[in-house]
Amino acid sequence: MEQYMIKMENVKYEYSSMGEDSQLMAINSINIAVKKGEHLVILGHNGSGKSTLAKLMNGLLLPTEGNVYVNNMNTKDEDKVWDIRETAGMVFQNPDNQMVATIVEEDVAFGPENQGIPSLEIRKRVDEALRIVEMTEYKKHAPHLLSGGQKQRVAIAGILAMRPDCIILDEPTAMLDPIGRLEIISTIKKLNKIEKKTIVHITHYMDEAVEADRVLVMEQGEIVMEGTPREIFSQVEKVKRLGLDVPQVTELAYELRKEGINIPSQILTVEELVKAL
Amino acid sequence: MIIKIENLNYIYNPNTPFEKKALDNVNLNIDKGDFIGLIGHTGSGKSTLVQHLNGLIKPTTGKIIVDGMDITSEDANLKEVRQKVGLVFQYPEHQLFEETIYKDIAFGPKNLELKEGEVRERVKKAMELVGLNFDDLKDRSPFELSGGQKRRVAIAGVLAMKPKVLVLDEPTAGLDPRGRDEILGRIQKLYEEEGITIILVSHSMEDIARLVNRIVVMHKGKIAGEGPTKEIFKQAEELEKIGLGIPQITSFMRKYKLEGNKVRDDILTVKEAKEELINYLRSRGNA
Repeated sequence: MEQYMIKMENVKYEYSSMGEDSQLMAINSINIAVKKGEHLVILGHNGSGKSTLAKLMNGLLLPTEGNVYVNNMNTKDEDKVWDIRETAGMVFQNPDNQMVATIVEEDVAFGPENQGIPSLEIRKRVDEALRIVEMTEYKKHAPHLLSGGQKQRVAIAGILAMRPDCIILDEPTAMLDPIGRLEIISTIKKLNKIEKKTIVHITHYMDEAVEADRVLVMEQGEIVMEGTPREIFSQVEKVKRLGLDVPQVTELAYELRKEGINIPSQILTVEELVKAL
Repeated sequence: MIIKIENLNYIYNPNTPFEKKALDNVNLNIDKGDFIGLIGHTGSGKSTLVQHLNGLIKPTTGKIIVDGMDITSEDANLKEVRQKVGLVFQYPEHQLFEETIYKDIAFGPKNLELKEGEVRERVKKAMELVGLNFDDLKDRSPFELSGGQKRRVAIAGVLAMKPKVLVLDEPTAGLDPRGRDEILGRIQKLYEEEGITIILVSHSMEDIARLVNRIVVMHKGKIAGEGPTKEIFKQAEELEKIGLGIPQITSFMRKYKLEGNKVRDDILTVKEAKEELINYLRSRGNA
């Protein structure tokens, strides 16, 4: 089991809606194994259960049934809570809700300070984290004057400074403009490829899934599709039925095939389609 | 012409070290019944411009005429201005506050001191326009709804004012594809059936391509381009230079043409591209 960063076994999660007696099933019998070093993307429309899944992955929520292991530690084990959170860090949607300090570098230092790390070591980690997200020149700035993409990179640096092996990002680009989105996508890629972090990236933007090693699609608390980005997106009808998009060129290739034109089904980019035609 | 903007300038924090020119000599005419896409990257002045259109911000210098009325003059009646131009902000659902959907949508019309019957009619009609069932939902709390539905309640609140011009600032931000398609479908229907003039501010070139008939491009507080949708998206290089793009499908058709294929390069949707390519490939004898 050591090759897995996160392992979920028969996980169920139920919650009760306000003022109602009935239990609602947010997650239903899920089995997932995230390999060390993997870049996993979880897709699903709003309400499909993907954020609940994320919170189960570092013990913010505990499963109603089944077990979640983070680097072999069960999230139900109270003694391990801090170890688990240090292993799997989490980045949320709204960067404004994740800022705690009035200066960028102090914000990044907040995590390691709470871990009781000596201050020289904190200094080193903060500098390193800001370098990785390319925000070093802003270290003395006030976070509220940064752009959305910059704020979100500071939030990622704050997690990096705690040196987790795994980073879980829950719709990190949903509130950003196109430039901010590109900044975050390239940061995530760097964290995975260069810093060798295991990445679990939750999103409803399909174009962010194109570079993943593996994609899971969720619907009503269950995993309904699994595969490489190409395998997933070539199933145009099914993906659309699940309330998600495919790239426009993938859709065009699919439509042309339906008309009997002979081109490959697994087209993801403009260049691939130009070549195929 | 329903909106006429003349030599509009706006300076934030004038005479301080933080002085910033947000709008720089903007001139723009919008015809009645136009569906305008307003594009530009963050900080280009789009939001500042639309906030001028219903008198939320007063210009530093310049003039704005809406439906024959100078809304920038000293004695402009703001109540009247806001009935002419309805502005839907980003994340408008954050502004919902009443305990029932009915009360929330009725808030604007009630402040116009309309009779109860007229208010009710307007709420009903506005809910119909955004696709919310009046009888099922009017007494429910807006806070029990999904994100996309909440947003539609907020839009209904603006529509209940019966504006002649509807301005939507990033109406699909943060929604998933299904929620996005719902909202955009409603906006399109509103345009087609109610003959209302619409200004859509969006970062999504795909959404813009699908809906609008004219595009206004903003850059550094100035209008960097204006014209029919197809004309603007032909200028891919110019758009990229100012941090904007074109829809993926348009980009594909341009590249395909550059490879020596005789196809149109002003394609905006997957459907158009499909028709064009099928005709082309069949005439080439490859199909």
